[in-house]
Amino acid sequence: MKLISSLTTRLAIATLASVIVAGSAFASGAAAIPPRNDWSFAGPFGKYDETQLQRGFKVFHEVCSNCHSMNKLNFRNLSQPGGPGFTDAQVKALAATFKVKDGPNDNGDYFDRPARPADFWPSPFPNKQAAAAANGGAAPPDFSVIAKARTYERGFPNFVFDIFTQFQEQGVDYLAALLHGYEDAPAGFTVPEGKYYNHYFPGNVIAMPPPLLDGQVSYEKGPDGKPQAPETVVQYAKDVAAFLMWVAEPHLEQRKEIAFKTLVFLLVFAGLLYFTKKKIWSNVQGHA
Amino acid sequence: MSGPSTYVPKSAFGKWFESRLPIVGLIHSSFVVFPNPRNLNYLWTFGGILAFMLVAQIVTGVVLAMHYTPHATMAFASIESIMRDVNYGWMIRYLHANGASMFFIAVYVHMFRGFYYGSYKAPREILWILGVIIFLLMMATAFMGYVLPWGQMSFWGATVITNLFSAIPVVGETIVTYLWGGYSVDNPTLNRFFSLHYLLPFMIAGVVVLHIWALHVPGSNNPAGIEKKTEKDTLPFHPYFTVKDALALVCFLMVYVWFAFYIPNFLGHADNYIEANAAVTPAHIVPEWYFLPFYAILRAIPDKLLGVLAMFGSIAIMLFLPWLDTSRVRSGRYRPVFQVFFALFAITCVLLGWLGAKPPEGGYVLASRICTAYYFAYFIIVLPLLGLFETPKALPASIAESVLGKSGSAHAMPQGAAHEPNTKA
Repeated sequence: MKLISSLTTRLAIATLASVIVAGSAFASGAAAIPPRNDWSFAGPFGKYDETQLQRGFKVFHEVCSNCHSMNKLNFRNLSQPGGPGFTDAQVKALAATFKVKDGPNDNGDYFDRPARPADFWPSPFPNKQAAAAANGGAAPPDFSVIAKARTYERGFPNFVFDIFTQFQEQGVDYLAALLHGYEDAPAGFTVPEGKYYNHYFPGNVIAMPPPLLDGQVSYEKGPDGKPQAPETVVQYAKDVAAFLMWVAEPHLEQRKEIAFKTLVFLLVFAGLLYFTKKKIWSNVQGHA
Repeated sequence: MSGPSTYVPKSAFGKWFESRLPIVGLIHSSFVVFPNPRNLNYLWTFGGILAFMLVAQIVTGVVLAMHYTPHATMAFASIESIMRDVNYGWMIRYLHANGASMFFIAVYVHMFRGFYYGSYKAPREILWILGVIIFLLMMATAFMGYVLPWGQMSFWGATVITNLFSAIPVVGETIVTYLWGGYSVDNPTLNRFFSLHYLLPFMIAGVVVLHIWALHVPGSNNPAGIEKKTEKDTLPFHPYFTVKDALALVCFLMVYVWFAFYIPNFLGHADNYIEANAAVTPAHIVPEWYFLPFYAILRAIPDKLLGVLAMFGSIAIMLFLPWLDTSRVRSGRYRPVFQVFFALFAITCVLLGWLGAKPPEGGYVLASRICTAYYFAYFIIVLPLLGLFETPKALPASIAESVLGKSGSAHAMPQGAAHEPNTKA
């Protein structure tokens, strides 16, 4: 018995050792970790910042939407509660600036008409092939759920802490970092023709040219005549990333509100049950 | 199920009904007056929690199926329309997706409780085997459910797992073709997976009925691992265990809500928010967390067929557990050496889970192999031999004694004070 026990202990130590060695070997080759941002929608009481979403929408509308589709977004979503807070009239006017194909009409013809709030956000390209052909062979990804479709590895033990801290913003941190992550390739690193070097993109070689420039999008002016937020690439990146988070998770505010209410209810319920249980078991000898 | 029913209907209609279909009496004898061992701890509340989770999954699943479209070109979009446009659709879907994880958390606690307290031993072998069958059905259901959103991980997970069957000699390729409904994972695969994903939970419910039936013949095992002998050893199911189960369930629901409403995507994969694309393979194809230990065992073996056999064998071996464990003492509480090996086994399972998520390279492979070796050794070497060599501690004379101590001298023999010499090498 002793022999087996000691053998098992040794095996256990060997296992742990090989795991630690393997773990550190991978840690050294890890990709750049996007910096954490202070998002208004993080945490148990998180809410989107309406003005930030409106700024982010402006960046998306004026820059990103020239190449990227957002197939799951309806115009009407833009005036829904828990979103950028546009008015119905604003959304209607915005939709009317787009043309969408409709039909067939009674004569069997397809026709163009101004978009309505119930329409989906029109794609910049008629199909995936056209999108790829116009962008050097790589179709720009759809933006509908991209904030949830991107992440980076948190690793042990961070992923355990994330359960308690509710850190869920890897995707949106990554997007914000990517948009200002363009830089010159380090010496010895060859970037293929027509591609770009990005500090945060997995593998560092990205097909998208740097999409944002300082001052490219003008933000609305505040009462002091200055823009609401700095018109810089870093700020654009944050605002459009926040907007993309809302597009990916439009019911986030409602979800977190319901989470809190449900937990309070369950906590009270558990308390009542605890005392009920105590009372019922109090006449049983040997039990608390 | 525990002898003649003591239920006496009060109303005339009740008497009329009971003499024709004695179902109220059955419920009364099974869940009201049923005598449970008085010493059950909170680990015994997970059976009830699992029953609740099965119902929760079926209810949310039926609602989801009303809005979901099982078609390769529409499935991904229909999930997004559930998330965006269906009233509280996000809630139903997040509850269902995280409910699967909660179901597995509960079943793993339930299984390890059985491992530790020897709940699989005579006379509960059939009960245990039915449990293993439920576990297998759960895994099949969960796997097919994860394919339905038709994201990248759905598609590639389905490709990898269904391909495993091709390792079977002679008939493997044919089986895979039937699983796919063609020559690759495509629309027919999604259709049949949806059909089976809807069917299997009801099969689980059926086996659960058998599981509870088999449970109510000998009654629950208990932390002392000795059978109930007198009425002093038991308490009626209601109100004692209904209130205890309810308290545990509500605490469990808090964890469920935390995951489903605060961190709903924590247990999923970001890649599954990218629509399935047969032309693009994700960098790492990783199954859901609850499959990771078995995935690690699969990849620990360099040969494909042997790997597949080891993976399925790691579950199938549980079917033989009642006869592999030769110890006549049921509860691990009275088996000091067993406790060491059991703790190692539990750590091994967690490590395998972690290794299953790592790339199969370098030290991870070696660690997976050592863990796999111990996983199987626990069943086929440790448990058979331990029963022969281990000297268990003295068992209490009855369940009542294990709770109250020997009459008049409750503190005469403090438990666990004298087990040190046996555990250390």
